[in-house]
Amino acid sequence: MEPALTVNKITKSYENGTRALRGLSFKVENGDFYALLGPNGAGKSTLIGIITSLVNKTRGEVKVFGYDTDLHPAESKSRLGLVPQEVNFSIFETPMQILINQAGYYGIPRSLANAKSEEYLHTLGLWEQRNTIGRNLSGGMKRRLLIARALVHHPQLLILDEPTAGVDIEIRRSMWSFLREINAAGTTIILTTHYLEEAEHLCRNIGIIDHGKLIHNTSMKSLLMKLGNETFILDLDQPLTALPSIDHYPLRQIDSTTLEVDVDRKRGLNPLFAALLAHSINVTSLRNKANRLEELFIKIVSENSDGMGSNP
Amino acid sequence: MSPMGLWIGFTTLLCKEIRRFTRIWLQTLLPPVITTTLYFLIFGNLIGPRIGEMEGYRYMDFIVPGLIIMAVITNSYANVSSSFFSARFQRFVEEMMVSPMPPWVMLIGYTCGGLARGMVVGVVVTVVSLFFSQLQIHNLGVVLSVVVLTSILFSLAGFSNGLFARNFDDISIIPIFVLTPLTYLGGVFYSIRLLPEFWQALSLANPILYMINAFRYGFLGISDISLPLSYAMTVGFILILFGVNLALLNRGYRMRS
Repeated sequence: MEPALTVNKITKSYENGTRALRGLSFKVENGDFYALLGPNGAGKSTLIGIITSLVNKTRGEVKVFGYDTDLHPAESKSRLGLVPQEVNFSIFETPMQILINQAGYYGIPRSLANAKSEEYLHTLGLWEQRNTIGRNLSGGMKRRLLIARALVHHPQLLILDEPTAGVDIEIRRSMWSFLREINAAGTTIILTTHYLEEAEHLCRNIGIIDHGKLIHNTSMKSLLMKLGNETFILDLDQPLTALPSIDHYPLRQIDSTTLEVDVDRKRGLNPLFAALLAHSINVTSLRNKANRLEELFIKIVSENSDGMGSNP
Repeated sequence: MSPMGLWIGFTTLLCKEIRRFTRIWLQTLLPPVITTTLYFLIFGNLIGPRIGEMEGYRYMDFIVPGLIIMAVITNSYANVSSSFFSARFQRFVEEMMVSPMPPWVMLIGYTCGGLARGMVVGVVVTVVSLFFSQLQIHNLGVVLSVVVLTSILFSLAGFSNGLFARNFDDISIIPIFVLTPLTYLGGVFYSIRLLPEFWQALSLANPILYMINAFRYGFLGISDISLPLSYAMTVGFILILFGVNLALLNRGYRMRS
């Protein structure tokens, strides 16, 4: 079966000389939930623009389910749905009109467009606002409308460019569960986000772009395995009288009932808990100091930037 | 896309455009009615009787075709230029760009939107003119074909304006500094035979002159310009503008970086 997306040696140079993408190649398999990460200005949005025909590429080829976007634009576009980073619907139209229009641009007959629009307005909690003009929708509603619009023609590949930016945690989590559902139903999803927790929760595979190059393209699991150490915060049931010394587990006291510890992933947590118990220290809860992917992402990108600095 | 899919895409865009100008009818449909009514009152009723006849017709009857086509021209143009530029400005043109709908359907959809507004305004202004003059029709086929072709031509010109414009100022500059002077100097209020030879020759370089005269021929049976030449000019400009607009759309000019 053809991959959902094939990006082959894509280069993008702007007229001002900026090289946004430098021969970037990767594939996203059918059914995948793929995270496309990178710092600001790495080239993520340019790449998404090229895939969705909103940006002209300089060189290279893009195929969506085997259809070249240059040679077979209708076939490739009909399989794609885009949730853009910024709100880009007419603020004078209602959600119902926006969805029906979008379905019409994909050649979907009016009766079916009505049914699909109603379905997605219900699913994304916008039914009550179906006749409210876009300008009067809240930020979260606008974001959900962008998702509904991208899905109304039932795309096989959905690209989400920072879909939850500026959305409160409740809506974000409901979006996550919705995206998981449509992925489980067979839609391939590519997600870019600055919330690395989001990428870690949702995505199975990950690509990291920096300075227009793909510097990592692997499974989420194997990427996280590269994280040698994790820092944990431990909450204690009683104030600590003296900080114990435990081999291989450097402890730091944050306050009287909170400890911080660096844990080598190979050693695990069990020896630490055993040693703490031996010192009559009871741990009531534990959490990661920072998101694991976030730590790794910062490390990878800073290493890459150092490399770029020495060899521009 | 299948032919049916293309048709659905086209009708979706056309309906959206019609919905847009009818929703804001106070800005789109009412002003031309007020403006042309004032023209009829001032030039026709007040000044007209003092002028007397023009080319053998009452001055009011002489200017009616020109005023109708002038309203059609400005409204067809303004509809497409402002609507398409708004779509670019608010970036909802991307809804169409990411869809499989080809650029030529987009171009025809916007053009027909301009045509629809031009026709609605044309009909309304014609109805208003009936209160001031006894409208006669010399050749209905010429009237209809000229008004449709003229509206298409200026819808396409408005599309070019919407495509090239960088800001809202650019949308108003062309109608104010180019379109209005050419329309006024295109023989709406006078026959170019009244002009000295040099200005007559210069007037022939004004493309709007050909449309106004062909339209007047449809109503009154008189024209300063030959009818086939008027049609040829109008169709020629339509083909050129359609080709240029389509080539720019295919390139994604001012839409794709």
